[in-house]
Amino acid sequence: MATAPRFWRENPSRYNLFGFKCNSCGRYNFPPRIICPVCRRKSVGKMEPVKLKGTGTIFSFTEVHEGMDEQNMQKPYIVAMVELDEGTKITGQVIDCDARDLSIGTKVRTTLRKLSEEGSAGVIHYGYKFIPICEGTKVAPQDE
Amino acid sequence: MYGEMIVMDGVGIVSYGAYVPHFRITPEEIGKVWGVDGKAMGKGLMITSKSVPAPDEDTITIAVEAARNMMRRCDVDPKDIGALYVGSESHPYAVKPSGTIVAEAIEAAPDLTVADFEFACKAGTAAMQACLGLVGSGMVKYAVAIGADTSQGAPGDALEYSASAGGAAFLIGKEKVIATVNRTYSYTTDTPDFWRREGQMFPRHGGRFTGEPAYFKHVVSGAKGMFERAGTTSKDYTYAVFHQPNGKFPTRVAKQLGFTEEQIRTGLLVPTIGNTYSGAVPLGLAGILDVAKPGDRIFAVAYGSGAGSDAFDISVTDEMARYKKDMAPKMGELLANPRFLDYATYAKYKGKIVKGRD
Amino acid sequence: MKMRRVAVIGIGITEFGELWDASFRKLGIGAGLAAVEDAKISADQIDAMYVGNMSAGRFIRQEHVAALIADYSGLARDHIPATRVEAAGASGGLALRQGFLAVASGLHDIVVVGGAEKMTDVSDMESSMIQSSAADQEWETELGATFASLHALIATRHMHDYGTTREQLADVAVKNHRHGSLNPKAQFRREITRDVVLRSPIVASPLRMFDCAPSSDGAAAVVLCPLDAAKKYAETPVEITGSGQASDSLALHHRKDICTMAATKVAAERAFKMAGLSQKDVQVVEVHDNFTISEILAVEDMGFFPKGEGGKATEEGRTSLGGDVAVNTSGGLKARGDPIGATGVAQAVEIVTQLRGKADKRQVKDAAVGLAQNVGGTGATVVVHIFRRA
Repeated sequence: MATAPRFWRENPSRYNLFGFKCNSCGRYNFPPRIICPVCRRKSVGKMEPVKLKGTGTIFSFTEVHEGMDEQNMQKPYIVAMVELDEGTKITGQVIDCDARDLSIGTKVRTTLRKLSEEGSAGVIHYGYKFIPICEGTKVAPQDE
Repeated sequence: MYGEMIVMDGVGIVSYGAYVPHFRITPEEIGKVWGVDGKAMGKGLMITSKSVPAPDEDTITIAVEAARNMMRRCDVDPKDIGALYVGSESHPYAVKPSGTIVAEAIEAAPDLTVADFEFACKAGTAAMQACLGLVGSGMVKYAVAIGADTSQGAPGDALEYSASAGGAAFLIGKEKVIATVNRTYSYTTDTPDFWRREGQMFPRHGGRFTGEPAYFKHVVSGAKGMFERAGTTSKDYTYAVFHQPNGKFPTRVAKQLGFTEEQIRTGLLVPTIGNTYSGAVPLGLAGILDVAKPGDRIFAVAYGSGAGSDAFDISVTDEMARYKKDMAPKMGELLANPRFLDYATYAKYKGKIVKGRD
Repeated sequence: MKMRRVAVIGIGITEFGELWDASFRKLGIGAGLAAVEDAKISADQIDAMYVGNMSAGRFIRQEHVAALIADYSGLARDHIPATRVEAAGASGGLALRQGFLAVASGLHDIVVVGGAEKMTDVSDMESSMIQSSAADQEWETELGATFASLHALIATRHMHDYGTTREQLADVAVKNHRHGSLNPKAQFRREITRDVVLRSPIVASPLRMFDCAPSSDGAAAVVLCPLDAAKKYAETPVEITGSGQASDSLALHHRKDICTMAATKVAAERAFKMAGLSQKDVQVVEVHDNFTISEILAVEDMGFFPKGEGGKATEEGRTSLGGDVAVNTSGGLKARGDPIGATGVAQAVEIVTQLRGKADKRQVKDAAVGLAQNVGGTGATVVVHIFRRA
């Protein structure tokens, strides 16, 4: 359950994976924060918004059979903790596959899907979910 | 002549991207539930399966994925996009454009204009025409036209066997153009062959009225109008793609206009993915561009009920040889590994089952 | 640091379960009255009250619950300071720590600490959503992760990294149900078998229904006073000899190692240090087994067993009554029940009961030192208390 402004505020991160890089320690982090959790005040003025690539590997995953309303149309659905290429981890659903096709280490990429909607008359919330990458798939120019 | 739509020299497609959801259902499976010989139905429509969007997909997510695939193949700065239009008959909101979300998702926002288009199955191509004008006139540097749909066929209706989901996006510009649009022409009349009233979940149609007086009249008139104004015949084109509500209509109209089976084969996707409505001609065109070479010429006619057709005369340029097609999935990869559903799951996904709660 | 030593002189606990006839007020007051009677004090001796509660605002649309409990206990008449404490599942343990600090500092003498939650007035779906707000709402919950699924991610990884088995997870539930069957106040008092756990419906793989603690209504309370005054009130005062608290990232994905709750490790170290004790001194432990995997992490992270061997230890019976260290003799969250805000205080009630020698059929022989570990979220807050028979 979300409300329009609270969700809207996070769109840059939910649509495009905007996180931050701390130019004091070089760590990438997601979501954006005001100060680096490691460098704290040393990072003031050194935080750079950065778009994460959205590619990574599965660190852990689970098949959810008892979920919340929004996801129950596709239950059981898969939730995973993904270690992004930049080193930081995020949590999201993995779609367009079966749990049996996944394992720790499976490569995934992000895509935009509906996260939830506030009823049939309410706002629709979009955000990232993960899709397994097949071998040899080109994902982004950075892969070149 | 009336309806001359001159496209400024050198304006055309700079990049394109496509997306089709990976679930499918067969006509046999649908027919089983309604006491219809689904296999025969499929044969008659020349459809063996249609695409089904997952519950977390809609016209917006499809448009975003297509647009992102389009951006992956080129080096254009999204902030240089001056206009973005999404054409569909299944926009998730009746009021609140799909285009704003797509614009944010490809980082084109905020310095651009956005609006949604609607004209049944030709909303995407109508958007393309507007983009050609904006770019050609110098009003914007780049403009994006997207045709995408997740249309509904009423349960038990003939359209249920074909109404599917998918979309393609086109970046229109003047620099590094991979395919110039030489000319476009539209033929438009008020013909109520297929419609959906505000608030209604499913469209309605005039049965056989959707054939001769609607699809055929407008597609043929659009094509012939283009031939006349461009000074061409079917023999001048390497590929042709027509609106494809089923496999029979475009096959028949192609023959009528003098096109061969070989010319239309690449762009004819409806047999495996069904009728993607506003995504139909855009996806067919994307499929053709996946294999087209410099020098190829493409003939496209989209049709939208209500009614109208948009015809395009397109030439593939030398720039196509340098275009990074492989940076995004081509049609073969997009359509690989489909997952087939039974009718119950399909109905659940398409929201056709009445649930107790809002 | 000059701190007074603090003792528990009274305990009280309600039934835990789906208590349709009991309102939040009834539960809170019930536990409080029982504790005060047990302490043999009169109400006008109470200097302050702390109430642990996670989400009365969403469960029963009532905030400001400390004032509510003070009022309905008749303590508002004397205008005592009443404070609500919240740290998701660690609300109760944290309230206990606030009470402990109040007495240890010398500011207050007699303090009542209670914990209460009324979870069953809302639908299961609503209850699940409320519990998920203990995790990172914006970056875990909104993305589709339920509270159970986050613990499932821990379990999957723990099984991958250490070879913990599905059966060992089940053994935690089996043991806790066995203990619970010996606890007249437990929500579930029937023993179960491994098979029952392994065949129960999947909640989030690998966790099944019997790997998860229930939703419950209930309340618990304790009365604290300075140790040197305790003998006046209690036959067997129990000293809170160590208190440790720690925080960690809210989101599970920001942890250094998701198979370790670092906050448990640090909170326990702090508590042991204050108490001047170590693991080998402890006979009885209450841990936060909202999910079976959580108990395995708890006994590892507090140093009772090496990392990765919590499952094996459980399987071998080393955490059962009669084993190396008796874990969750009350039945734990799994069998005793888990009214979220009450749990941390209920753990203290069990330890005190054990150290007083009053645990009857589930008594740990010669229990002299006990420990309670209470967790908020997936480990973002952990509070550990060590108790010693005075």
